[in-house]
Amino acid sequence: MKYLDEFRDPELAGRLFEEIRRLTTRPWALMEVCGGQTHSIIRNGIDQLLPPAIELIHGPGCPVCVTPLEVIDRALAIAARPEVTFCSFGDMLRVPGSSQDLFRVKSAGGDVRVVYSPLDAVKLAQQLPERQVVFFGIGFETTAPANAMAVVQAERLGLHNFSMLVSHVLVPPAISAIMESPQNRVQAFLAAGHVCSVMGTWQYEPLVSRYRVPIVVTGFEPLDVLEGVRRAIAQLEEGRAELENAYPRAVRPEGNRPAQQVLEQVFEVTDRNWRGIGPIPGSGWRLRERYRAFDAEERFAVGHIRTDESPLCHSGEVLQGLLKPNQCPAFGKECTPRTPLGATMVSSEGACAAYFQYGRFIPVGAVEASR
Amino acid sequence: MSNTLSFEGWVCPAPLRDYPTIVMGHGGGGKLSAELVQHLFLPAFHNAALEQLGDAAVVQAGSARLAFSTDSFVVRPLFFPGGTIGDLAVNGTVNDLAMSGATPLFLSAGFILEEGMPLDQLGAIAASMGAAARQAGVALVTGDTKVVDRGHGDGVFINTSGVGLLPPGLTIGPHLARPGDVVIVSGPIGLHGIAILSVREGLEFGSAVESDTAPLNGLVAAMLARAEAIHALRDPTRGGVASTLNEIAAASRVGISINERALPVPGPVRAACELLGMDPLYVANEGKLVAIVAREAAEELLALMRAHPRGAMATIIGEVTADHPGVVVARTGIGGARVVDMQVGEQLPRIC
Repeated sequence: MKYLDEFRDPELAGRLFEEIRRLTTRPWALMEVCGGQTHSIIRNGIDQLLPPAIELIHGPGCPVCVTPLEVIDRALAIAARPEVTFCSFGDMLRVPGSSQDLFRVKSAGGDVRVVYSPLDAVKLAQQLPERQVVFFGIGFETTAPANAMAVVQAERLGLHNFSMLVSHVLVPPAISAIMESPQNRVQAFLAAGHVCSVMGTWQYEPLVSRYRVPIVVTGFEPLDVLEGVRRAIAQLEEGRAELENAYPRAVRPEGNRPAQQVLEQVFEVTDRNWRGIGPIPGSGWRLRERYRAFDAEERFAVGHIRTDESPLCHSGEVLQGLLKPNQCPAFGKECTPRTPLGATMVSSEGACAAYFQYGRFIPVGAVEASR
Repeated sequence: MSNTLSFEGWVCPAPLRDYPTIVMGHGGGGKLSAELVQHLFLPAFHNAALEQLGDAAVVQAGSARLAFSTDSFVVRPLFFPGGTIGDLAVNGTVNDLAMSGATPLFLSAGFILEEGMPLDQLGAIAASMGAAARQAGVALVTGDTKVVDRGHGDGVFINTSGVGLLPPGLTIGPHLARPGDVVIVSGPIGLHGIAILSVREGLEFGSAVESDTAPLNGLVAAMLARAEAIHALRDPTRGGVASTLNEIAAASRVGISINERALPVPGPVRAACELLGMDPLYVANEGKLVAIVAREAAEELLALMRAHPRGAMATIIGEVTADHPGVVVARTGIGGARVVDMQVGEQLPRIC
């Protein structure tokens, strides 16, 4: 397939692995920010093929993971209302709130639908004038422009039965939070290519200079990820800390201006809770005053729903690389893929699930060495 | 700021597994479906024929060994590129029987009709069932109809059951895979699931993808020339090749290793999966089979399959191993490895 096969070429990958091996003289910890990159790394087995000295720490860039519990609970409360048709991206349906998930709401009679674009939800609102159509607007800067467009369109169409539950999060403040954490071990970042294709790279210059940390804008195919790793390692080994763009086929320094304009028009920066991590100032977007009429949180008065998270599992430390999965007291006991306590045990991509599964046939030492 | 942050509680989405009610995932052919069978139905029904958990049960009736199977069809839309719900209903049960090595003979058809269903549509579905039965060489010999109130069905739901005759001495089953065996798939994967998705969600992926719905009993009959070398056969319907291989690995207590680059994934299926963040290994097929065969007969079986129109593009995708019992591992395109786990419920398009 064009534009994909070229970036999955095993021979070129082999050369990049070799080059990375040649460059690496000591241990380094890199964080790939985006969940899509983590997916690609695990799916292609990249982590096992890198030199043992390179540790990839999976970052907080999975929008599904970081959406706070209380927002999920608000979504569930809205979706359960009889007049509501609740639209969401598919993988949010499985995310548990404090006592249930959207699948269960659907099973109990709620009208919950998977859509592929927020604009489909707008269309649905036109087709179902007697229903309240709500779109679950989550994600990073990547999904935000389409969500902003949906609100603009709904206003243009004069739709009074469309609203959005917004819980957008932003990458740069998260990188700041990680760098300022006293436990931080991350020495370089692979920035999320698709976020940068919208926002550009200029937001990352100040982070590079403030924290003296290499940031390499990186894509998602195996060769993209390897090129990002190669450049980050080269910087670290040479003692440089620079902003580099290893994904120029999608990312321009200034980003996508029209998208930024509609974002600016519809959203404003707000403090945001990150699931399991806590509040990060200025790390999210919410609807501006002018578009507040489309805010599902206000329309259905669910803003009062506050939920405390129970810190049962140590996946945060695992994600930071502070703890190996099998060092967690719950690993393999209370927490297994059948009865997962945290995300890292849930999907086959999760670090804990990978340990649990590989641990059945690869000596744990070998798995650790490969990470 | 950093002091207020707690990375300790980074609890991210653990799907709830202990649902008190039925959710869609219970029908997805993944872990939830398996658990429903394992924990709810098996204890209630338990008997030796059922507990083999083959696509068809194998039972003795007098001197005859029969294969017996049933399947229900709730597909939406009723008509899709490459077939109808009627084709699926006939081919699905024919294939379940064929996977035990049986010659399918007789089918029943039960219809649950929704009030308001246009008769010309039902007629078209019945015609497609008749044609599919003739093509497969089976007879629809008994049936039943019920009507439910408007809004309580999706036009029509169809159940088919079927019986087939097993040749004496033939044993093929998901529990019979052995280390050293070779894994063959009979042709391109992912077509049915993507064809349905493309019409259901109004998505178009360049060239149109057609369902691969087809009867496989002819192909299996051709393969039976080397019957003793065939250890397991399965048609990878919902849950796809990944779920089928996981079921075989679990039932036979063996590991399965597949080579991702050997997987026959048609371009439009790959494109659709890339777009939706789905994995072709988990997408449904309705006219393909996975065969686990003895290594020494693999080339010969492959030749037998390729000589049959339903297996013209058959190819070896992996092997059975004594390592990692119960686990399916894929060698990735760039030479890494990943675990191909069973889905929990239905495959969902990802946001990222």
